[in-house]
Amino acid sequence: MSEAAWALSPKIPEGPLEHKWDLHRSGLKLVSPNNKRKLRVIVVGTGLAGASAAASLAELGYHVDAFTFHDSPRRAHSISAQGGINAAKNYQNDGDSVWRLFHDTIKGGDFRSREANVYRLAQVSNSIIDQCVAQGVPFAREYGGQLANRSFGGAQVSRTFYCRGQTGQQLLLGAYSALSRQVASGQVCMHTRTEMMDLVIVDGRARGIITRNVVSGRIEACVADAVVLATGGYSNVYYLSTNAKASNVTATFRAYKRGAGFANPCFTQIHPTCIPASGQHQSKLTLMSESLRNDGRIWAPEGVSDKRAPNEIPEAERDYYLERKYPSFGNLAPRDISSRAAKEVCDEGRGVGPTGRGVYLDFAAAIQRLGRDNIRGRYGNLFDMYRRITGEDPYATPMRIYPAPHYAMGGLWVDYNLMSNVPGLFVIGEANFSDHGANRLGASALMQGLADGYFILPYTIGDYLARTPTTSTSPDDVEFKEAATETRARIQRLLSGRGRRSAATFHRELGELMIEKCGMSRSKEGLAEALQSIPAIRDAFYREVAVTADDSGMNSALEYAGRVADFLEFAEVMCHDALARDESCGAHFRIEHQTKDGEAVRDDDRFCNVSVWEFAGAGEAPTLHVEPLVMEHVQLAVRNYR
Amino acid sequence: MDLTVHVWRQKSVKDQGAMVSYPARNLTPDMSILELLDQINEELITQGEDPVAFDHDCREGICGSCSMVINGVPHGFEKASTTCQTFLRSFRPGVDLYLEPFRAAAFPVVKDLMVDRSALDRIMQAGGFVSVNTGAAPEGNAVAIAKSTAEDAMDAAACIGCGACVAACKNASAMLFTAAKVSHLALLPQGNVERGERVLRMVAQMDAEKFGSCSNQGACSAVCPKEISLDWIAKLNREALRSQFQRIVTQADRTVNQR
Repeated sequence: MSEAAWALSPKIPEGPLEHKWDLHRSGLKLVSPNNKRKLRVIVVGTGLAGASAAASLAELGYHVDAFTFHDSPRRAHSISAQGGINAAKNYQNDGDSVWRLFHDTIKGGDFRSREANVYRLAQVSNSIIDQCVAQGVPFAREYGGQLANRSFGGAQVSRTFYCRGQTGQQLLLGAYSALSRQVASGQVCMHTRTEMMDLVIVDGRARGIITRNVVSGRIEACVADAVVLATGGYSNVYYLSTNAKASNVTATFRAYKRGAGFANPCFTQIHPTCIPASGQHQSKLTLMSESLRNDGRIWAPEGVSDKRAPNEIPEAERDYYLERKYPSFGNLAPRDISSRAAKEVCDEGRGVGPTGRGVYLDFAAAIQRLGRDNIRGRYGNLFDMYRRITGEDPYATPMRIYPAPHYAMGGLWVDYNLMSNVPGLFVIGEANFSDHGANRLGASALMQGLADGYFILPYTIGDYLARTPTTSTSPDDVEFKEAATETRARIQRLLSGRGRRSAATFHRELGELMIEKCGMSRSKEGLAEALQSIPAIRDAFYREVAVTADDSGMNSALEYAGRVADFLEFAEVMCHDALARDESCGAHFRIEHQTKDGEAVRDDDRFCNVSVWEFAGAGEAPTLHVEPLVMEHVQLAVRNYR
Repeated sequence: MDLTVHVWRQKSVKDQGAMVSYPARNLTPDMSILELLDQINEELITQGEDPVAFDHDCREGICGSCSMVINGVPHGFEKASTTCQTFLRSFRPGVDLYLEPFRAAAFPVVKDLMVDRSALDRIMQAGGFVSVNTGAAPEGNAVAIAKSTAEDAMDAAACIGCGACVAACKNASAMLFTAAKVSHLALLPQGNVERGERVLRMVAQMDAEKFGSCSNQGACSAVCPKEISLDWIAKLNREALRSQFQRIVTQADRTVNQR
């Protein structure tokens, strides 16, 4: 990339914080309706961000090519989000406001996100609820027919809208229905079972992608005037995570290798309330919604290696450690803090369950207070899911929970317009580094995905398209041909291995290393070790991986090996980032930087910034660039939830 | 524990396909059916053989990807469960497992246990939406919706689009799937404007996709992982009838007015 592209201007508009977005929107250039018809946009991914963006762009009159590797857009992993979506409606009259949602989000992110972006997010949050209601999303209601709210971690107001424990599902189905309408109208061309393999840049602009049809194995090129990545997060770098099995880093990592900056890759959220792993066969971890912490009390035995059944441990010998350490937020302390506290308890040998990596989430008091039926009404489906997976009845015995990798705050760097440093490449939803800083608050991911897709990108992409002279390009151009050839070579390299190990074994090995060295706590030594170990795993992977040698059609082993190959490179970028960020903040906890009570210690003088990594060539350490964060409206303070 | 697993193998839609048996050893009761298949696939891959293709993703019972007939029952015999949420502990020791794809004329096999369910997407495209553009929405609380109505709509909207209802039906009918969406939107004021047109279009698409007719025996609801009620099929019929009557009345009105 040229030096100019790496100036990383965040393009934050002038004006007072509360008017920036309105002023900016009014100044954006528009594309006339008859010109929109001539413009094509590629949207990769059909989760909340991708589906909402594809539908909204099509409504505006652009021609959209939407891609998903699933059999249907409705399968995207947004569907698994349980708890809810935040908005600053203040329907509860409990003092909520756009300002408060903005402030909670910035503080929750430990002051490592852009004020202007987060403020805009809080502003459009209310429109999202309106839009979803209009689509027929069946939000929970009060007896009077008004929308209901629940509380979530990191906030003292009740601002979370929900559909039982299936909020992500219902919001995604809303966006999917809007998308379906545009598919029917011919405005969106839907490419299912098609995976993005590479990004194509022509004359310095993102102009298309290379794809592989996972059924036929065909490599194809798709050309457009702009490319939108909505490809989700990379928590599966840890192998075991709450992400769906197919979630991966390939699309964003390929864009990184083509020159897009990767921002804050070490900011990964470990969710405190997941069902602990039961053994080596474990293929993924299951999250239990954070909303359970509204009524459940988290505790561990006071004594080390207490093997008694939970109901046999008397009240006096239980340590409700979150209530003890954080009396004002208690069980609703933010995710990073709650996760770390659980790890500490287990590190002390007070963990429960067969593996000793677990703590109790106890509903006995809530059941006594509210009755079994009320608890069933609130959390019935989650209790059923827990019972099905563990074989234990959470109405009778406390749940066992343990933190699990869940969400990536890091992602491709974008400016205020959600465009990366590669002109024409837009990144939305979890795939960008966005608005959550070093730690995301509960019920904010759905908000951000839909804010980007419905209410921000459709405006900002128009400005880019209006300012960019249309030039014709075709799949026969040299850039597309070269990228396709490189994709085929990568596939061939995987197929030509004559090894005896499955890709999954390498993925598991990488995951164990990453959770140990670059997970809930990190150290200089540990990260240096990881940076030594990862290339060795990668070399072994290319030497020993077994992939069934057939690229003529569906080959699930090949698909998976390709994703693992990218994780094996990407993990290094994460560790470089975690090593360079010589402070603790949010989910990034460097053991060298903590108070005597074990709380994170930020270094605002050196690290109140976004770290952005540039690909510097194969085998080279990536180059670090920095975007300073300027806090004009919030005061940098120690995050205090005590 | 050890098990013998019989799996439907079929290279492509054109291939004949057959059951192939695989011995699976050192299993634990906490493994899910999909983790059992992971283990079989690991062995196949390291032996240079083609792994079993199957759709799966969230493994939490919500994405609707997994789609297997387990010992003759779509998603297995456990009530209100998906394939991914079916664990080996629920099988009697020593029992053999038979894994087959969801079968229906409208669900051609892609490979092995993986089928093409895009017909369900096309039913949605025919009318499973409210025609409201981004930005055109009124304030969320402008229209009050009774709690019981919202709950009923949510019951219907809980469908995960897996297609087990089709696989369980002797006629391979998609009535339960279609009924769930039609009912969800018909119950809510937001879906009311297009209510009449929607149901007729979705039913027409359902028929065009070669799904069979409903004979009200309820195999669909019995296997549904989200326990979508048969009542919605009754509602679908009512909605369709209502819409057809409305058309007749509207037509008659026009004729009278023209006189």
